[in-house]
Amino acid sequence: MNFKRLGSIAALTVAGTIVLTSCAANEPAPAGNGGSSDAAGEFVGEIVGIGASSQGSAQEAWIAGFQTANPEATISYDPQGSGAGRESFISGAADFAGSDRALNDEEIAAGGFGACAPDAVAYNLPVYVSPIALIFNVEGVDELNLDAATAAAIFKGDITTWNDPAIAELNPDAELPSANITAVHRSDDSGTSENLMEYFVANAPEVWDVEPDGVWPYEGGEGAQGTSGVVDAVTQGTNTIGYADASRAGDLGVAKIQVGEEFVEYTPEAAAAIVDASPVAEGRDENDLAIEVDRTLEEPGIYPIVLVSYLIACSEYEDAETAELVKGYLSYVASEEGQQVAAEEAGAAPISAELSERVAASIEAIQ
Amino acid sequence: MATTTATRPASTGIENSLSTGRLPKWAPYALLFGSWAVLGIVFLFMQLGGMTEQYNISGAIFLGTVLYIVLIAAISGLVEGRRQATDRFVTSLVVGAFILALLPLISLLFTAVSNGAARFDLEFFTYSMRNVVGEGGGAVHAIVGTLLVTGAATLISVPIGLLTAIYLVEYGRGHLARGITFFVDVMTGIPSIVAGLFAYALFVIFFGEGVRMGIGGAVALSVLMIPVVVRSSEEILKLVPNELREAAFALGVPKWLTILKVVLPTSIAGITTGVMIAISRVIGETAPLLIIAGFTPNMNYDLGDGRMMTLPVFTYFSYANQGSDPAAYIDRAWAGALTLILIVMILNLIARFIAKAFAPKLGR
Amino acid sequence: MTTAPAKAPRIQAPKRPGDRIFSTSTVVAGSIILATLAAVAIFLVAQSIPAFTAPGEEVPTGSFWSYVGPLAFGTVWAAALALLMAVPLAIGIALFISHYAPRRIAQGLGYVIDLLAAVPSVVFGLWGATVLAPMVQPFYLWLQETFGWFPLFYGQVSGTGRTVFTVAIVLAVMVLPIITALCREVFLQTPVLHEEAALALGATRWEMIKTAVLPFGRPGIISASMLGLGRALGETMAVAMVLSPSVVVSFFLLTSTNPTTIAANIALQYPEAHGLGVNVLIATGLILFVITLAVNSLARFVINRRKAFSGAN
Repeated sequence: MNFKRLGSIAALTVAGTIVLTSCAANEPAPAGNGGSSDAAGEFVGEIVGIGASSQGSAQEAWIAGFQTANPEATISYDPQGSGAGRESFISGAADFAGSDRALNDEEIAAGGFGACAPDAVAYNLPVYVSPIALIFNVEGVDELNLDAATAAAIFKGDITTWNDPAIAELNPDAELPSANITAVHRSDDSGTSENLMEYFVANAPEVWDVEPDGVWPYEGGEGAQGTSGVVDAVTQGTNTIGYADASRAGDLGVAKIQVGEEFVEYTPEAAAAIVDASPVAEGRDENDLAIEVDRTLEEPGIYPIVLVSYLIACSEYEDAETAELVKGYLSYVASEEGQQVAAEEAGAAPISAELSERVAASIEAIQ
Repeated sequence: MATTTATRPASTGIENSLSTGRLPKWAPYALLFGSWAVLGIVFLFMQLGGMTEQYNISGAIFLGTVLYIVLIAAISGLVEGRRQATDRFVTSLVVGAFILALLPLISLLFTAVSNGAARFDLEFFTYSMRNVVGEGGGAVHAIVGTLLVTGAATLISVPIGLLTAIYLVEYGRGHLARGITFFVDVMTGIPSIVAGLFAYALFVIFFGEGVRMGIGGAVALSVLMIPVVVRSSEEILKLVPNELREAAFALGVPKWLTILKVVLPTSIAGITTGVMIAISRVIGETAPLLIIAGFTPNMNYDLGDGRMMTLPVFTYFSYANQGSDPAAYIDRAWAGALTLILIVMILNLIARFIAKAFAPKLGR
Repeated sequence: MTTAPAKAPRIQAPKRPGDRIFSTSTVVAGSIILATLAAVAIFLVAQSIPAFTAPGEEVPTGSFWSYVGPLAFGTVWAAALALLMAVPLAIGIALFISHYAPRRIAQGLGYVIDLLAAVPSVVFGLWGATVLAPMVQPFYLWLQETFGWFPLFYGQVSGTGRTVFTVAIVLAVMVLPIITALCREVFLQTPVLHEEAALALGATRWEMIKTAVLPFGRPGIISASMLGLGRALGETMAVAMVLSPSVVVSFFLLTSTNPTTIAANIALQYPEAHGLGVNVLIATGLILFVITLAVNSLARFVINRRKAFSGAN
């Protein structure tokens, strides 16, 4: 009798499904007559990427752009996380990976990437650069200037009130309340935290005395999950400060960061500039563009707190068709058009023309 | 049940003799509204006096109810004696518990409806997310995925779970039964993400690295679902009076038919509740589905082939990975959440309807 | 759960094929569960071994045991707080539906509470983080001002309300429908004769419930609580989205520094974990498994001592 009941439920569900959805209205029928009005683009097939969720919305935009031009190509990107992305790339579960850090020397030396040809190496391509903004929500304060040491002390929990002399000194004009600071950090393991800590360690080692890591090292402070969680916590809390991808700052106040003698606000150009000014890691394949971001630079026109996220691909794929599709997709991503799309839809900082060319050259070398 | 309502004597013409030493019927209600009014005025003065910025209506109702509970117990104690006072006290606590439980429910539903309404439109139910950036797009791929994956999980879990419960209650004795009972309990403690990793590891054995398929998600969900089905069904089956079984045996009905025709129909309402709880428990899972069913903006009807989007994953990532236009993503997230709630509610109603059709017509 | 009297002569029932097929299939179903669980256990143990055996300095989180200790504490602490709130409330609601509410609307009210079970955990997470936490934060401030001397309320109140107390509330709301539904079904099965006997002796409604309903329903209540506890211990997403976590042992309910739970910690750290880090996280999953095992054994022990009330014996 239960099986009858189950059967009925199943039947109803199936019936409901069919009524609800014969097919998604925006998807081409299997024959491929929908989508764009152009004839099929030059790329066909399916590739899979797994990796950083920081790239999630940018990947969404890139995939949409690429698939619109090539209706018979399908790109999947699971925003499972950088670690999962690198592991999947190494095991061969993914054709390319997105990662908030480049593969390190050990991982490259170990080799044996699943989807690659036997002797292939992996290329790290910096295609997603996003400035990280220090966002705050303090009653009566619209502008805030911070230097590395003060910001580090706030996030570490050494500075606990907004009218602390250290902050007041940097903001002579602001009316700082005497309220407690609620410093919000990422509760999940994240590349954004690691990049912020790299900035602290590079510029204020006397305050920030632990190694940069994706996991928040101190017990104090308020944790929130993901960029959205941090933004929500800062917005809904009172007298809060946090850090998030600049595109998500919205109406929140954004602190200016001291670089040299000046206080700079983030701009996409300034974020891209520091990537250009930083050296590429040495001792790697010439097409491997792992950047060693130098956050102590004091040149004008740079913003030092940036997240550089990579796409990781094989130098040579086992399967020629996969290689074609990966090259096509990555070329689109690194192109001016692709970078512009990511800037509009995900708030990324477009990489400079110079870097774009170098990335394009690396992609060209993929076989 | 019918008899329990007869604690208070029905009002008859002879008021005096039966209602002496009793509070009049209207007294509790008058007291309740009275205490709400008192606290309402207190809070009004607090607001006017500038102590609170907003009028604190939930505070007024809450403290008013507390005041009522204290008053009714005290007054009843004076008029009716200790036993009646305890009874009234417990009654108001029990009713209060129910009302208290409604508060989060109302808040949740209100939040989901008011935030989800913005994108609860035709496009949401006809579009997938393929080639959609920013505004627009829909969740039809995720809805189909959720129905398929959860449906498959139910088809795996309910027969296994229910048969196991039957075994435990009707047949089981000795080590096997005790072992199963114990380990089913342990199974409730498997973290959902571990179930996902386990399903992935299992499928990698057969399909190789990088496998993503909807049926894998169903297996992961089954691991989480089976213990709930077993545990709740077992508890319900145990409550079927032995007299029913004995009567059936005495009439020469074979045991398996007794179970099928007597025991299960008697407990069908409870079993349905249990199964629905199990479905609700797993339909909102995110982490295991991301690992084994994957993430895709495309429609996929085939449980056995490729990535399949599900509503919780859709909702979670719409919230977590917002683009430049956060409103579009947040609206989609809430619309997804609302849809998910509605799906479970509809399934609930259908299941109850069917259970009612099969259940024996009893007085309860 | 039948135990035949030891010396009674067995009467062999005729073996019908239907019986044999049916009973065999139930045994098979039970065995499938054992096999699945064994497979999960093997998977967990196999993946955990590197975390236990690797030398301390290679483990990214430091010594495994000092890492998992606070997590285990947080898991039990949050779940215990949640159950502390949920169980009395659930019993109250179940009693209301089964014995207090007018019969006509009782069933409908039951469905209303079941609706809570229909809310998926992601939605609970969204709600807890964006609605509940800001709403209770002023209340926490008031609690600390008024009852600051109470040890649990020490410390600086969180500026966002994302504390372990908020998480416990969310968890309590999540497990409430599970416990309520089962308790309700159990209470409804109380033998009417018992109830009527109590009332006939002049008991008030509460005395009737105390003497007839609750003793009958006690194993069911414990069972339901255990199901709820299982959910509270293993809940992942809602905790991860709401809590402001740290790996600490702390009893304070209202501060920003809260002990986190094993499941939530796995969800937060797993995406970026690699190498040995993955093994460590899975090993914490194994610990959660062990905790559940211990808690459940305890509950089983309690129930078995009061088996006499089970209807099927």
